[in-house]
Amino acid sequence: MVDFFVSTFGMSPTVAAILAAGIQCALLLNVVAVGALVFIWMERKIAGRIQDRLGPTRVGGRFGWLQTLADGIKLIAKEDLTPADADALLFKLAPYISFAASFTAYMALPFSDGWVAVHVNAGVFFILAVLGLEVFGTILAGYASGSKWSLFGAIREAAQVVSYEVPLGLCVVVPVMICGTMDLVAIANMQSAGIWSWLIFHDPFTFCIFWIYFTCAMASVNRAPFDLAEAESELVAGFHTEYSGLRWSFFFMAEYGSMFLVSGLAVILFFGGWNGPLAIMSDKIIGVIPGLGLAGQPNAWGFIAGCVGAANFIMKATIGVTVMIWVRWTLPRLRIDQVMTMCLKYCVPLAAACFLGAVFVKAEIFGLGYLSVDAWLPGLRSDRLEVREGWMTEVEGEGVTLSTEKTLVHGDG
Amino acid sequence: MATNLEDPRIIEFDVRTDEMLVNMGPQHPSTHGVLRLVLRTDGEVISEVTPHLGYLHRCAEKIGENLTPRQWIPYTDRMDYLAAMNMNLGWSLVVEKLLDHELSDKAKHLRVIISELGRIASHLVGMGAYGLDLGTFSPFLYAFRERERILDLFEEVCGARLTYSYLTPGGATADLPTGWVDKVEAFLRQLEPIISDYHELLTTNAIFIKRTAGIGIMSAEMAIDYGCSGPVLRGSGVDYDLRRDGEERYTEMYDGYAYEVVVEKDGHYPQDRNYPKVPREAVLGDCWHRFYVRMLEVMQAMDLVEQGIEKYKSASGDWGVPIKLTQRLPKGDVYLETEAPRGQMGFYLVSDGSAIPWRVRARSSCFCNLSVTSELCPGCLIADVPAIVGSLDIVMGEIDR
Repeated sequence: MVDFFVSTFGMSPTVAAILAAGIQCALLLNVVAVGALVFIWMERKIAGRIQDRLGPTRVGGRFGWLQTLADGIKLIAKEDLTPADADALLFKLAPYISFAASFTAYMALPFSDGWVAVHVNAGVFFILAVLGLEVFGTILAGYASGSKWSLFGAIREAAQVVSYEVPLGLCVVVPVMICGTMDLVAIANMQSAGIWSWLIFHDPFTFCIFWIYFTCAMASVNRAPFDLAEAESELVAGFHTEYSGLRWSFFFMAEYGSMFLVSGLAVILFFGGWNGPLAIMSDKIIGVIPGLGLAGQPNAWGFIAGCVGAANFIMKATIGVTVMIWVRWTLPRLRIDQVMTMCLKYCVPLAAACFLGAVFVKAEIFGLGYLSVDAWLPGLRSDRLEVREGWMTEVEGEGVTLSTEKTLVHGDG
Repeated sequence: MATNLEDPRIIEFDVRTDEMLVNMGPQHPSTHGVLRLVLRTDGEVISEVTPHLGYLHRCAEKIGENLTPRQWIPYTDRMDYLAAMNMNLGWSLVVEKLLDHELSDKAKHLRVIISELGRIASHLVGMGAYGLDLGTFSPFLYAFRERERILDLFEEVCGARLTYSYLTPGGATADLPTGWVDKVEAFLRQLEPIISDYHELLTTNAIFIKRTAGIGIMSAEMAIDYGCSGPVLRGSGVDYDLRRDGEERYTEMYDGYAYEVVVEKDGHYPQDRNYPKVPREAVLGDCWHRFYVRMLEVMQAMDLVEQGIEKYKSASGDWGVPIKLTQRLPKGDVYLETEAPRGQMGFYLVSDGSAIPWRVRARSSCFCNLSVTSELCPGCLIADVPAIVGSLDIVMGEIDR
């Protein structure tokens, strides 16, 4: 997009870069905010259906789809209250830190082939690292509120999120190892030959590790049954007990933003990203059948393929969010020691074992190579393998490669 | 996870940090109204719990000394407002005992139907609210959906949905409406398959078992020492149910009814239906057993209602015409306990010979049941406090009166 501005309008590169950044931020802010709007509405509708209710029905027509907006307006209109015992500055700062962390992670999340604000070649790492910062907002909120319940919530969150980063990292490493890159765009493009090329079906270990990833992801974004930080039956409302109005809603935007983010990450790492089960936009379907080959072309057809891909991606990620909502309205909450036990006694060893298994499959040790889909369908990933070689050469310091070249790609500007 | 803080092997607890004093309630989502628990905690581990009462005191007993017994019936509604029918019954029986008033068979069967339906309604709330305490919302609404049907039935009988004032000294304010019992039967038929949903969502749910099994274990001796009653007592394995072991005037209502007291005997519960199995982790007297007893009592009450309807249809006599509003009471004092859904509900009445009692007192089951919290909670985590208090299924309106 920077190049586009420079070449078309003759802007100076600095101005163009700032303008491009502004546009991308605005776009992503809308993704997060509108996403939260939709997901909160969805959560209320789904919860309603699960519980034999209708959920919101009035605001915005038949399905109450403007309910969240109305609630948002109400929240803006509410008094901005800071408790007398609170550390005013930190108290006010905390929601924004939470939100900023969730939002920043979106910077590296591709929505379609190359449709990413900042093409980081260590995207997986960046997203996990930034998402881990979200916990600071929570800790700060709990500490600064001056309420014992908030403090309990914050301490729980700190313990929980920090622990679950470990198995989460172990799970994420498996697709990274199989693809040989941390570049999310490249990882998704390696799954472009239809459903059998998706990494969840790569071998039995990746299949197992996806479920571990999903469990840990739910824990690290604080969704039930791991929502201990706000456990309303124990801690009143946990870390956001003392919050009201817009600040409170920022915590929610962060929560729903993170939910979509971890689902999106799961989709890219395990479910082929923007590639459909029959990836007709790519050049080959299931490795052999010729596809349209539109994806990645630098023209209008490529743009259409990108749109289809984005729709695909958003739909798949939304399914992930829906499952999280479904789980929340079904299961009771675990206790803090059980949450920690589950992480350290079950998730970490399981993830480690699966990781080891996946290594054996990938490196064809102990003759386990035949467990991989690639062993049976050799043509599945061949046309994308140059990505991996490119990454290798970059490590050796031979310059920017094919995939990292498209830093700011057509589509979102 | 009942941990003994003094256990020297547990180094973690040996190195104590600062203790924190936390007020749980009276405005707290899981204290069932306005209970206030003062928790002394070391981190998340509770070292002391003190329940404080009195936030819902409405001087009901004193009011009873200024009204005639029938006028006081609406005040009994407001004691255990989740099982108002059973409260009405308790008071009515006391007054009838003082008057030595005999009821017809039909009136007795009517009372069985009504009070057992009240028990189902009450236990459904207890079950749903327990789910809420453990962080799951949906069972609460499923429970309320069925409770609403019972309330619809009660509304047809007496016009009220929460505070019925239906059973009254002498019988009931009116007979059951025509065709009402058929509706009850239809309701029971559609409730039965739903019970297994509850078992699936709660009783046999792995997380639910993890949260309740082995938590808040109350031995039979302790339950008796504290005067616990109802499902809390039976959950500890004490075979005691006033419907069978109570006073003649109360138990005669249940003469000819076939039912088994829900209590664990020789390691298993009375198995006349397809109940889920007791999980390995569960220990007799823990939260899970108290919950389970309640769930089985729903089935038991369903059976009793069915039998009651059969008997009511063929019974002779009137439906029990209420005594006069200003009926003079004979001199003397009476006390009678009934098996309310939450346990032994006793009423005490002293009369000086006028129409207005000289003294009225109520013995609350929840009060005794609640008193064990300070014994059960130490050593548990904060998350276990709602689990334990919820398993006692208290109603503050009954404790404070």
